[in-house]
This record gives sequence, structure tokens and C-alpha cells, in this order.
Amino acid sequence: MTSVNNLFEFIKGIAPIEDTAIIWVIAVAIPALIVFLVMAVNALIAVYFERKVSAFMQDRLGPMEVGIFGFKGGRKFWGGIGQTLADAIKLLTKEDIIPADADRKVMIFAPFFIFLAPFLTFIALPLYENVIVSNFNIGILYILAVSSVGVIGVILAGWASNNKWSVYGAMRAAAQMISYEIPIALSLMLAIIVVGSLQINDIVQWQADNRWFILHSPFAFIAFFIYFVSVVAETNRTPFDIPEAESELVAGWMTEFSGFRWALFFLSEYANMLIVSVVATMVFLGGWLSPFEIVNMPGFDLPQPFLAFFTNSVTGPMWVLLKVSFLIFVMMWFRWTFPRLRVDQLMYLCWKVFIPFALANVVFVSIWELIF
Amino acid sequence: MNTEYLKELGIIKGDEMILNMGPQHPSTHGVLRLKIHTDGEIISFIEPHLGYLHRCFEKHCENLSYEQCIPYTDRCDYLAAMHMNHGFVMGVEKLMGIELPERVEYIRIIIAELQRIASHLMAVGTFGLDVGGITPFTWCFRDRERVLDLFEYLCGARLLYNYMWVGGVSHDLPKDFIKRTTEFLDYFETQIPEYNQILTGNKIFIERTADVGVIPADVALNYGLTGPNLRASGHSYDLRKEEPYSIYDRFDFDVVVGEGTHGTLGDCWDRYYVRILEMYESIKIIRQAMADIPNGDVHEAIPKKVKPPKGDIYTRYESARGELGFYIKSNGKNIPSRVKMRSPAFASLSALNEMAEGWMMSDVITILGSLDIVLGEIDR
Repeated sequence: MTSVNNLFEFIKGIAPIEDTAIIWVIAVAIPALIVFLVMAVNALIAVYFERKVSAFMQDRLGPMEVGIFGFKGGRKFWGGIGQTLADAIKLLTKEDIIPADADRKVMIFAPFFIFLAPFLTFIALPLYENVIVSNFNIGILYILAVSSVGVIGVILAGWASNNKWSVYGAMRAAAQMISYEIPIALSLMLAIIVVGSLQINDIVQWQADNRWFILHSPFAFIAFFIYFVSVVAETNRTPFDIPEAESELVAGWMTEFSGFRWALFFLSEYANMLIVSVVATMVFLGGWLSPFEIVNMPGFDLPQPFLAFFTNSVTGPMWVLLKVSFLIFVMMWFRWTFPRLRVDQLMYLCWKVFIPFALANVVFVSIWELIF
Repeated sequence: MNTEYLKELGIIKGDEMILNMGPQHPSTHGVLRLKIHTDGEIISFIEPHLGYLHRCFEKHCENLSYEQCIPYTDRCDYLAAMHMNHGFVMGVEKLMGIELPERVEYIRIIIAELQRIASHLMAVGTFGLDVGGITPFTWCFRDRERVLDLFEYLCGARLLYNYMWVGGVSHDLPKDFIKRTTEFLDYFETQIPEYNQILTGNKIFIERTADVGVIPADVALNYGLTGPNLRASGHSYDLRKEEPYSIYDRFDFDVVVGEGTHGTLGDCWDRYYVRILEMYESIKIIRQAMADIPNGDVHEAIPKKVKPPKGDIYTRYESARGELGFYIKSNGKNIPSRVKMRSPAFASLSALNEMAEGWMMSDVITILGSLDIVLGEIDR
């Protein structure tokens, strides 16, 4: 029984509506709205977080002036807490510029295509055991498939802009995103081979019964490494931000976009960061399981009440949030300390390093499973 | 990864695309326009188009008195304005045969070397930005800020100083200047290893810059490259040693040359690292100069009227970007009859096509950044 079905039954039970079609629309619209809100709030917080992290690394203060609801924070760390909200409002009220020579229809359509990918991905993405829009049995396969839809939007955006820099950015992005999907899929394959299920809930359940997947075998550890570096490339962030390299391509495929359309790019970039971090957390880092559970080995027992406190359904989402935040922080850490790779070095890394290693990983983990 | 591999790729030739980079582009270091012929990502030919920042410096000088020319030299190389002042003023002084007080010479050298640090910091920082690292840039700017603070304390200006006058300097060193400079140098010496940590030794940075844009010493000489760009190719040539102007012969410092540590001699990494090492040498010179600076009046030798006798002169000066030359012709009036400036960055830029041919789009930015050009000086 999936969550949308549950919602459908629930609405049918309480609402005095006869027409089932209307109830279906409502049952689908509510989760859609929630997903959109999650994406928007995530972008608001992540952008603020990123600006503060970068400021911290660069000996600056970051946003300090804009407050919210009369709360400003002064010269404390959380000063300027309303900055991203103000930026969002500014973006939404900006003029929407479409160049005269651009392909109008495609240019209007492309940002929504890019936005669609993370939006649809959220359907199969659990944030906690049952906090999921629809829990179907091909979860990971669906996530991988849908998140690659964004590439089409990127190519459309670059081509429609009718700008050489945009085309450069779009072509680089397409090559990069398609290439890096292979090592990502291959490293997630390990979990699927071991657990025998594509459903994220099952994978976390396996980790609850055994141990965190990252500790499963040396190969799982390598797979996590490959996965994490590849998703940084997949989300086009430094050191792999070649498609939008601002010192080379101005802003890559986003150059000609402004206002709301550009805000959609921004929203999807940060949503993608959230998605890949959540998947990494669920598949490799034990999802909502407490890190104290892996300490709880024979001869090294933690007191039961202590353990119970850290593993219940209240603290579970907290662990997800903490792990995801840490992974996002690491991505930002990369961004503000590393220079950028060149496009051929990026392809070298993918095709000649990651894919062979990931393939070997799949073989070795199968052998490992046969032996142990 | 070497050039040959990329040239082999270039054999599969599609249609050429002409890409117009600049004059408004984030990393052309000013208003430079590059017309790039590309085959996909690979560059076949680069044509620099200049003149977007041309302000007729040389022609202006023909209508201005010598003192009035000095602020114009500031605006040529705005990142090393003290060097431009110094170079021009030296020429006029030689033309007039002015003997400078010892103190003025020492002050000028301290200031010039501080300016070299500031300029190299800018070069290193923006080079980091060009290859994609944003943090080194802000760190370099943080420290450059302290040099500018010193200059502000010295003469009130932070970028365009008009500090060096014919026969002297505009202000004597303020009371605490030596102390504050010593503090800065002590602090700055601990900062350079930090740049090395975040940028110089970074694997990605080395991948991006080593072996890229190699220019051998003989080719560099043919193009007239000077300064750090030439020294990075392994040719030891520094005007401060070769033809010691001012009082550079009294100080003990080394000429830094490139060694090809991570790749071929004369690649982008060498050009970058020579600048890092030169900052150490500048620190050495400043420390020595501050140790034995004599007392005296800095305005003593300033002439009432700057009116050089008939004649002409060419002075050479080792600016942060290379050999800066001023040809000044006087016909006995208080305005020069002709001023011509030899711009080191202009020569560097002329070698861009030689270096970038066969490399990729991203490498053009790297090579351009490693040359450390300033458009104000190229266009004049």
C-alpha cells in the first residue's frame, strides 16, 4: 500500500466528494505541494548555509544585514538570516529576459524540464521510514532513471539560448552528467546485490539487521567513495563545475536566463544536492539508524535507555538530517577549497578510473557475498 | 597529458567556430577581446584585439608638464602604480642629472618591493580564480589589503598614489611605518605557506597548470618576454641584478628562476611559482632596506622647476610584470616632447597564441592568468 493510496482512502473517508477523479487530483496535489515546499525550504537554508560556510573559509562574514521578522542576529554568526528569502523575492520579481534571437518556446520550457528531474525524484525518496510519497518496489532504479532526465533540459536550455558560451556549457554538462551516471549506478549496485532489493526501506532494514553498508566490506567503502565523488560531478559542483565554470564560460548554460527561470535552476541545483546526499545516507550511512548502534558491539555495550533514546522515531529523522547536512557540508567544503578540473581530465577520471574500479567492485562484492 | 595528444585529436577536424571572448568576460583581466578560432574545445588560433582601454597616455604626456605626467603613469599599470611612478621619475631625474638623497632611495626601494608583493598577490590570487579556486583569491586579497593599508598610511592613496616625485617622494615615512611594515612582513611570511597548502601543492591545480602553455627560454626571448614570465622559463634575467638601478646593488637577494618542478620548464605552474618565491625575495630586500635606512630630508633634491635640458633618455625598470621602459625626449621645455612606454605585459600577450595553440578552452584562461597581464598597461 503506497502513501498516495493511503491519502486517497483517507480523503475519501472524510471528504463529501463523490467523484473519485477529484479525490485523486487532491491526493496527488498535496504531496506535490509538500515536495515543492521541501525543495524551496532546502534551497533557502542551503544557500544561506553555503554563503556562511564560504565566508567562514574565506575570512569573511557573509550575509550580515538582512533580518527576518525583526530578528537580525547582529554581529553574531547567524546575522543576515533573511538574506536568501530576500534574494528569492528579488529573483521572482525580476524581469524575465528572453534574448531576441533565442528559441522562445524552448527557452521557456527548458527550466521546467530541469526542475522536473529533482521534483520527480523526491517521489521515491524516503526522509524517514514512512515519510515517502510513494513507496514502490523499484525505488533506486526509479531515482537513477528520473534524475537523468535533467540532462535533456540542460541541452535544451543551452541550445535555445543561441549563445556560444551556453552551447559550450550545455555540451559539457551533457557529457559529464551522462558519463557520471554509470559509476553512480554501479556503486549503488553493490547495495542492491547484497540486500537483494531496490527499495530503500529494505536497504535500511538490512543495515539495521547487520551493519552500516559502508562497513559491509572494503568494496562497499570504495563504492561509497566513488559514489560521493561522482555525485559531486553529477550535480555540477566544484571541482567538477566545468559546465558553469564562471571564469571560463561566464555561467555556462545558465548565461541567458534571468529571474524566475534562473531561480528554478538554482532550486534544482540545491535539490539535487539534497537528493544525492539523502541517497548516500540511506544506502551507505545507515539512513535513520543511530551511529551509536554500530558502537553497540559485544563487550562494548551502551546502556539500554541511552540507546533507546537515540534510536526512536523522534531522533531517527534527526540522524538523517545530521548525516545529510554533513554530506552537504563536505560538498561545500570541496567547492571552496578546490580548483576546477579540465574537461578531458574529468572524462579521464570517469571512464578510466571510476568505471573500471566500480565494475571490479561489483565483481568482488559478489564473490565476497558467496564466501561470507 | 601533453600537447601532442591534443594535436592528434585536432586532426579530426570539424568546422571551425569563432568564439568572441571579451571585452566583457570575467577572466580576461580587464577589457581584452580575444577572437578564438576553435574546433570544439581545441584552440587553433587566438587573435587578441586591443585598445578598449586606450587613454592616450603617451599623447597626453606631450601636453603636460613632467610633474603632471606622473599621475598618468599611475593609471597605466594600476596594480603596480608605484613601479610606474618610479620608472618614469627615474628617467626624468637621469635626464636632469639629479643626485638623490640616500633616504629617498631607501624609501623608494621599500615601497617598490611592497608594491611588488601586492602585485604578485593579485597575480597569484586571480590565477587561482582562473583555474577555479575562489578561496585563494580572497586570501590573497586579504593580505594585499594590508599592503594597501600601509600605502594609505604612507600617502593617503590606496591604488593610484602619485607618490614618487622628480627628485624625491611626496611624503616622508610616517612615524610608525617601519614598525608596521615589520609587523606586516612577520605576518606575511607565515601566510605564504598557506597559499602553498591551498593552491600550489593541490593535485588538481598541478594537473591544470603543469605542462600547460610551455614557452621555452629561447622562444620567450624572441617574443620579448621579461620579468617573472621569462624567469619562469629558466632564463635568469632581472634588471635589479643585471643593471642595478637605484641602490639595488647594495642588497642581497636571489633571482628566482623556474625549475620545471611539476612538468616542463616554462609552464604555467612555473610562472605561478616564480611569483610566490619572488615575494620571499621582496621580503628579504625590504628587511635589509629598513635595517639601514638613513635619516634625511626627502624633499631636499626636489627641483623648483622640472625643466630637463635638451636630449633623450631610455630607462629600464623591473616592474612586477617585467621590463618597463620609458623613452623620454626633452626639447628643453617643461613639457616632454615625446614619451614612449615599453609595456612588459604587451610583450607577454603577444606570446599568447604561441602558447595556447592546440590547447583547450579552459587552458586559454589558465595561460592568460599565468601571464599576469594588466590591460591598462597594454593599451596605455
